[in-house]
Amino acid sequence: MKITMTVNGVERTDEVEPRTLLAHHLREALGLTGTNIGCDTSSCGACTIHVDGQSVKSCTMLAVQADGSDVLTIEGLADGDTLHPMQRCFQQNHGLQCGYCTPGMVMAAVSLLEENPNPTEREVRLGLEGNLCRCTGYHNIVQSVLACAAESSGAAS
Amino acid sequence: MIPAAFDYVRAESAGHAIALLAEHGDEAKLLAGGHSLLPLMKLRLASPTVLVDVGRLDDLRFIRDAGDHIAIGALTRHRDLEISELLSQTAPLLHHAAGHVGDPQVRHRGTIGGSLAHADPASDLPAVVLALGGTLVVEGPNGQREIPIGEFYTGFLESALEPDELLTEIRIPKLDTLGWSFQKFNRRAQDWAIVGVAAVRADGHSGVGLVNMGSTPLYAAGVVDALHSGATAAEAAERANEGTEAQSDNNATVEYREHLARVLVRRALEESGLS
Repeated sequence: MKITMTVNGVERTDEVEPRTLLAHHLREALGLTGTNIGCDTSSCGACTIHVDGQSVKSCTMLAVQADGSDVLTIEGLADGDTLHPMQRCFQQNHGLQCGYCTPGMVMAAVSLLEENPNPTEREVRLGLEGNLCRCTGYHNIVQSVLACAAESSGAAS
Repeated sequence: MIPAAFDYVRAESAGHAIALLAEHGDEAKLLAGGHSLLPLMKLRLASPTVLVDVGRLDDLRFIRDAGDHIAIGALTRHRDLEISELLSQTAPLLHHAAGHVGDPQVRHRGTIGGSLAHADPASDLPAVVLALGGTLVVEGPNGQREIPIGEFYTGFLESALEPDELLTEIRIPKLDTLGWSFQKFNRRAQDWAIVGVAAVRADGHSGVGLVNMGSTPLYAAGVVDALHSGATAAEAAERANEGTEAQSDNNATVEYREHLARVLVRRALEESGLS
């Protein structure tokens, strides 16, 4: 089946089998391997991307379901060599160790702040409940998101 | 994990979806958000040969005040429920519980209709709609019919929905709510409830639903009966396991689940304002 979607600002038309998962389509057909596949059972969140502006787990969505959608992956987040504020906050706050969960964690965090620009620490923890990290104990990830939120609200005021 | 091969058809309308179901019979499954069906297909626990995608039927995505009830389109996503001001005022139990389904990514895709029709006893929303006394509107080749939620669940992952019928709308009665509570007991964030309880106390209505206490979502009839007789929260909670058939699994034994049901029903009733 032929599907067309905008991926990181570029329109793509591809032929896919209906059973192709969006995560596999992004990684294998489009070469966007920043989207990791961890558990493959919609638990770990490593495959989190944005579809039409909302975070979704791309291992639990068919590519055909995203036909006509606007898709954003971790590769599309930075502006050239300038990191997205969330990426920079993860870097500055040591929000990653091995880095496997990081693309999904960053995409989930960006979506979280779009829905709730000034979250409490508890709201950040709840908002990232769909993303598992085996290294950090989450503390620095939560600090990264809070730092990004503070920076954004400071810039806005 | 990749699902077994299937044919994919996108429904253009509710009528088109019903016609496709009639054409393909038992081989076809409806795909809405896909967050119940796709995991089963990836594990090859389900292998439909035709998927009818109803995910783009935006006319079935609404939450509106319909006088004596709130009408919710079957394709309304959990996230829509979670942020609905109308729902927070008229059905706070459902509004709150919708925000506890899965995790944010799941709530961005999963739909209330999909969750109810999937008939998983471990899902949160069936117990909530049971407690609230909701009605399900389904459409098939012979037109529309209404099914009270209490008559909807017939077995494990089985419901009164015929293979050629589409759940289109959920009706939640507008209650004069005195108190409500949603108790979800799990050990890790985003997990299914090991046991869950949805309770509502309203003028002329008490309802309690149980999550994961049998092969279907359950209505705690014994507890509600006790409430009608003027029982205290603790007394009513002692009847939490009437009619249940909890299973043992990696998370809990039958005895542990039954203990949890009693404790969580008591907490839910207390949080609903019953002493």
